[in-house]
Amino acid sequence: MKPLMDNKLSRRTLIKSTATATGGLLLAFHLPAFSKARPFEHYSESGEEINAWLAIDADDTITIRVAQAEMGQGVFTSMPMIVAEELEADWRNVRAEYADTNRSIRQDRVYRRTNTGGSRAVRRSREYLQQAGAEARERLIKAAAEQWLVSPDECYADYGRIYHKGSERSTNYGAIAAAAAKVSVAGVRIKTPEEFNLLGLPTPRLDVPAKVDGTATFGMDIRLPGMVYAAVVHCPVLGGEVRSVRFNAVRNRAGVLKSVRMKRSVAIVAENYWQAKTAVEAMPVQWVLGSGEKAYSETFKREFVAELEKEGKVLKEFGDVAGAMDDAEKSFESDYVVPYLAHACMEPLNCTVHVQEDRVDVWLGTQFPESALAVTAEITGQLPENVYIHNCFLGGGFGRRSSTDYVEEAVHIAKEIGKPVQMIWSREEDMRGGHYRPMAAMRFKAGFDLDKNLIAYSNHSVTHSILADQGRASKEVDSSSVSGLVDMPYEVKHKKISHTAKNTHLTSWWWRSVGHSQNAYAMECFVDEMALSSRMDPIAFRRKHLPDRPDLLNVLEVLEKESGWGKQNLPRGTAQGVAIHESFGTICGQVAEVTVSDKGELKIERIVSVVDCGNLVNPLTAEMQVESAIMYGLTAALYGKLTVENGVVLEDNLDTYRIVAMAEAPVIETHFALSGGDKWGGLGEPATPPVAPAVCNALYKITGRRIRILPIKDYMLQRA
Amino acid sequence: MISLQINGEDVEVDVDPSTPLLWVLRDNLNMTGTKYGCGISQCGACTVLMNGQATKSCSTSVSQAAKFNIVTIEGLSIDSDHPVQKAWIEEDVPQCGYCQSGQILSAVALLNDTANPTDEEINQAMTNICRCGTYKRIRKAIHRVAQERGAD
Repeated sequence: MKPLMDNKLSRRTLIKSTATATGGLLLAFHLPAFSKARPFEHYSESGEEINAWLAIDADDTITIRVAQAEMGQGVFTSMPMIVAEELEADWRNVRAEYADTNRSIRQDRVYRRTNTGGSRAVRRSREYLQQAGAEARERLIKAAAEQWLVSPDECYADYGRIYHKGSERSTNYGAIAAAAAKVSVAGVRIKTPEEFNLLGLPTPRLDVPAKVDGTATFGMDIRLPGMVYAAVVHCPVLGGEVRSVRFNAVRNRAGVLKSVRMKRSVAIVAENYWQAKTAVEAMPVQWVLGSGEKAYSETFKREFVAELEKEGKVLKEFGDVAGAMDDAEKSFESDYVVPYLAHACMEPLNCTVHVQEDRVDVWLGTQFPESALAVTAEITGQLPENVYIHNCFLGGGFGRRSSTDYVEEAVHIAKEIGKPVQMIWSREEDMRGGHYRPMAAMRFKAGFDLDKNLIAYSNHSVTHSILADQGRASKEVDSSSVSGLVDMPYEVKHKKISHTAKNTHLTSWWWRSVGHSQNAYAMECFVDEMALSSRMDPIAFRRKHLPDRPDLLNVLEVLEKESGWGKQNLPRGTAQGVAIHESFGTICGQVAEVTVSDKGELKIERIVSVVDCGNLVNPLTAEMQVESAIMYGLTAALYGKLTVENGVVLEDNLDTYRIVAMAEAPVIETHFALSGGDKWGGLGEPATPPVAPAVCNALYKITGRRIRILPIKDYMLQRA
Repeated sequence: MISLQINGEDVEVDVDPSTPLLWVLRDNLNMTGTKYGCGISQCGACTVLMNGQATKSCSTSVSQAAKFNIVTIEGLSIDSDHPVQKAWIEEDVPQCGYCQSGQILSAVALLNDTANPTDEEINQAMTNICRCGTYKRIRKAIHRVAQERGAD
């Protein structure tokens, strides 16, 4: 029986014809809870390891190892699906566990990439995961053929069994796994998308059962014998340092064991976290506040905008922009500004470490386990092969958990303690811990001829450089600062793109969709300005200036249709705005339908997305990622802002750093317009960038006011 | 010693009475299904049921909690088969999953009070934050529970 293959073609056709990916298509069966609550723990060693990526038990259970971090994006399902597809596995027998980072560094990077970020999981791993599955399948076939004394060419694998074509003989995988582990094969071919049976089918997530009963283990949920807890307070001004600490003031409190002084922070270790947290917050600490002491975000804003007046480094120049602007019948310019943003993962940063003489163990949620391993080895002086990273489920990542700042602190503390220590940053410490989405200011200028044709376009961006914060500054421009700007897709004869890096005492980091998040906002709002200035419909204007981009045009066409663009009789105070952006190999177009009441209250009614990522592994998690990326972008657009006064970030918890809640959540409709071929675009991030411009463009229609500084909450909205 | 009734069992803990229930559950009782998100009663990741009411355990001292019948995610069902948990699986609600214990318990409290909640009633009751933005699927799962109960 092959339940997964039933109606395969009709299902696939439906998806390709841009039907909503899951509605009504979801497979009507459910899988056993095949994901460990503690994902770093390995299933029994009883299974036969066919290759590093998978093991098969005698009862046909297949354990597939996942080298990327499960932070909500569904890699614990999508990555095993890629392996299982080639393995011709019975999906109901598949379970997932983390690949072992320590093994990967000991065995010449057997798991290739263990980092998670940049919407790369499928994009960068698909081919070698397919290879791993195909190689295992061919070994199973070869082992069966050897047992039957026939040629492997006469045998094939299908849905968890090997069959011999010339006879009735067949075997399940479990029975042949031990033999398959000992044979070798070479030159294995992988499937093309037309041959897929499993990839492209909406498949329930393997990690869901553990996430509805409280057993899914996040970093903070690790409990070890003899474990103690650490709470930390950092200098309130980023970059500042500890001057002095009076541990004596709190050392007699119940449960308090020790204080640890670090360069930029102090920790208290206690028997439980509440004792540690209250003690560290009561402990008198004097700080050297450092260069950020007098910093204000309002000053940053003025300084970034002032920098726009100067010449930036020219990254791209076609034609003669200055001449064309002079010749233009009409020209105008606009400045856009975005603030620093925190990631605000639901699970505050934490890390549990046990330093022993011959080994160091680290339990945490990390996007970069090899970086965590490397810093642990360095701080403890231990050999990397004696450091064990036990990755957990991540309570949100969004880029933040690719940093090692919190790991380094936990290792420093654990070195002093000699017992397992769980260090937790309070929400406030997490929010003030830097690593923010960069602040940026952008200036755009457009020139039009007599017939209202766009003839000249220039853009200068001034952006806090992430690379510079990572100590990787070079003479080249930080490409993440200008992503989406430097490769803007609209055709214009005279074009100039320039950039200036400008850093403050705050630190920046990759934040879901990185530079695209702020750049698409500013650019796609300005495209709307250009369209309206030339009295064109915003979609028609985009279409006119994308003559050589059939992929973008196709997304726009589907978006126009699915959103009912221009066709609906919207009530007074309601309007649609559009934006389209390509990032991480995927195009995402969105229409936001927005209402402003006569009292000035804002409601985001509906967001329609059309996505072209080429091919889909799991349409279910793909659709969930689009929904999630939209909500992340919406929070940023509506509320996201960090205010700095006297160098201190004021928004240090979720009361002041507001997150969009259920009542504000719009209706979300997601459509996939898949172009197929070799394109396998990312999905974790590309739906974030278009949200802010789509919403702001709709708001302009209602209010007549252009939102050029985010967030939207800072504006009094009024119907025009 | 403070006596608590958690998931139908009597337990005694030796802690400072001002300690939030959240940390007693997590650190003293090793019941880690209840999560820390904000510590100021904003996000709802720490939600437990106290006499059936959804309550933020980060802002409830263990001494206040002593008078109540407390239910945590660990005690909601034996085999993850509470109707709300089943609906969460059916609708594939969780992404990162960190907030979902609290979301589920808030939904349980809502559905106990209001058998068939409207969207507006869901908006009012479900104030828990989800950074992955799973609200659409949470709403669908709550409606599913109500429908399936109605069908019985």
